[in-house]
Amino acid sequence: MTTQNAPASMYRTREGLGIWEHRAKVAAVGVGHSPTARRWDGRPETTVGAWSIMALRRAIADAGISPDQVDGLVLAAETTTGAYWPAGRPVPADIVNAFHQTNDPLDGIAKLSAEWILKNMPELKNVKFSMYGPGCMSNAIVVAAQAVGEGRAHTCLVLKGWHNFQGRYYQGGANAEETMPGNRAVGGLWGTPASYGTALQFAEYCHKYGKSHDMMAPFMANSRENGLRFPEGYWYQHRPEHLTAEDYLAARWIAKPANLFDNDIPIMVAAAYLFTTAERARDMKQKPVYILNHAASRGRPRSLTPTLDEVEAETASTARKLYEGAGITARDLSFENMYDGFSLFHQFHIEGLGYRGIKFGEALDLYQTDISISGPNPVSPSGGNIGSGRSRFWMHTDCIQQLQGRAGARQITGVKPEVAVSGGPMPLGGNFTVWSSTPR
Amino acid sequence: MVKQGVVPDELTKPFWDAASRGRLVIQNCKSCSRLQHPPAPVCDKCGSKDYLEWKQMSGRGTIYNYGVVYDCPVRLLQENQPFNVAVIMLDEDRSIQMFSHLPGTPVDKVPVGGRVEVIFEATANGQKVPEWRVVR
Repeated sequence: MTTQNAPASMYRTREGLGIWEHRAKVAAVGVGHSPTARRWDGRPETTVGAWSIMALRRAIADAGISPDQVDGLVLAAETTTGAYWPAGRPVPADIVNAFHQTNDPLDGIAKLSAEWILKNMPELKNVKFSMYGPGCMSNAIVVAAQAVGEGRAHTCLVLKGWHNFQGRYYQGGANAEETMPGNRAVGGLWGTPASYGTALQFAEYCHKYGKSHDMMAPFMANSRENGLRFPEGYWYQHRPEHLTAEDYLAARWIAKPANLFDNDIPIMVAAAYLFTTAERARDMKQKPVYILNHAASRGRPRSLTPTLDEVEAETASTARKLYEGAGITARDLSFENMYDGFSLFHQFHIEGLGYRGIKFGEALDLYQTDISISGPNPVSPSGGNIGSGRSRFWMHTDCIQQLQGRAGARQITGVKPEVAVSGGPMPLGGNFTVWSSTPR
Repeated sequence: MVKQGVVPDELTKPFWDAASRGRLVIQNCKSCSRLQHPPAPVCDKCGSKDYLEWKQMSGRGTIYNYGVVYDCPVRLLQENQPFNVAVIMLDEDRSIQMFSHLPGTPVDKVPVGGRVEVIFEATANGQKVPEWRVVR
């Protein structure tokens, strides 16, 4: 079975498509997570492949079905947080011997193919559909939802794994070279870290709307608090430290106005979900969470880096697509779990959504209200990447668990969790999902 | 502040060759009368490759925005931290951006909205690159 990237036809990229044809006919049921680690410790049982298998098995068990009932697998093949296996370094023999290998010796260590998963999970003997949703879980979710809706798969696993090696991220590879290819050099010679573009947009945002970086502090503290209520997350498991406004504002700059905490911490982790038809989901162990719609942003900047105008136009368009296909309005959102890694663009996402009626330039004012899980305006109840480390999937796990009523200490109490939205990563370029506790 | 060297590829060679001769050129679609940067194999608007040309710019622009880099991933530039990275808008089309370290401008003292003019700096392998200087 050859696994391909999802075709463009599986994404809802345009406005005006109407109600999603599979609205509330696909449901998320099972959730499975691996542990987290700051970096790989070199053991076979902690590779991204091993942890992905663990997450998949936990998702299957969580749904209360047997592995032979699974007939689909969607995953993102890329697993790097910015760390790359050194060129020429052989894969240790104990790793090679621990798994069934594909033709690529780094499969299961620094990348993840569907072939590798299926070779190492013989219990998935009835998988007849596999596909890549490239990049991150937000993409894989959309592809899996569409695949189940279209009948390509009936009971489908969705997977994202991350590896992180020793050393500082993005400091090796091309960044350590003396030269750069001409096409990359046009915009890449200036040594900007990953958060630079977002920092620029935030600077423009503050200038335009009269806001300031310190107004982010309540959001950052709230995200960490929510992360410390997320047992699957990095900060909960390894560094149960609160983040005060003073801590946040005293942190060193990375790309001013983005500081250390505005950048999410790269970690190793894997998560998996089990999707199936709404009809089949009713008989499973966990309460179904219905997918009302998905939408994609494929916006591109006119030139080197997105301007604030481009960001705002795109987030507003994404929101219109989401609401139109789901048949809802902003008023229907119980809570939001839009992406936050980098923290300084979370406000763009929720302003585009018009969450709690806010308009452009008003999210940082919303952050000064009660945005906790017990208040009327819950913001990022998952804690996101800021609260649990870079995975780009905490927000999806949280939406599912909140709507199932099993988010534990994170369970929202200030409002009744009924409809939520999650997705990302970027305001220009991402995939988004609307979830519901009922078919509505 | 010496940047990594540049190895021009087929697509961007005219841009880099012009820079080495002290000229700033930007891709232009003659059919759409539209500049585009970074360079692409086809026009972003009409999709054609047949009408693409390289058009010389005046070398004047305005500072749109900036950030200050304190934690640079590029090894060669790390000894220069912190440093400015500004976004320049070209006079010919303010939607067309170029990055600049703004040589001569103190860190975090960037005059947003200020006027700039292009200069050309040698990179680590001698290839020249467009840079920008604040016009006093």
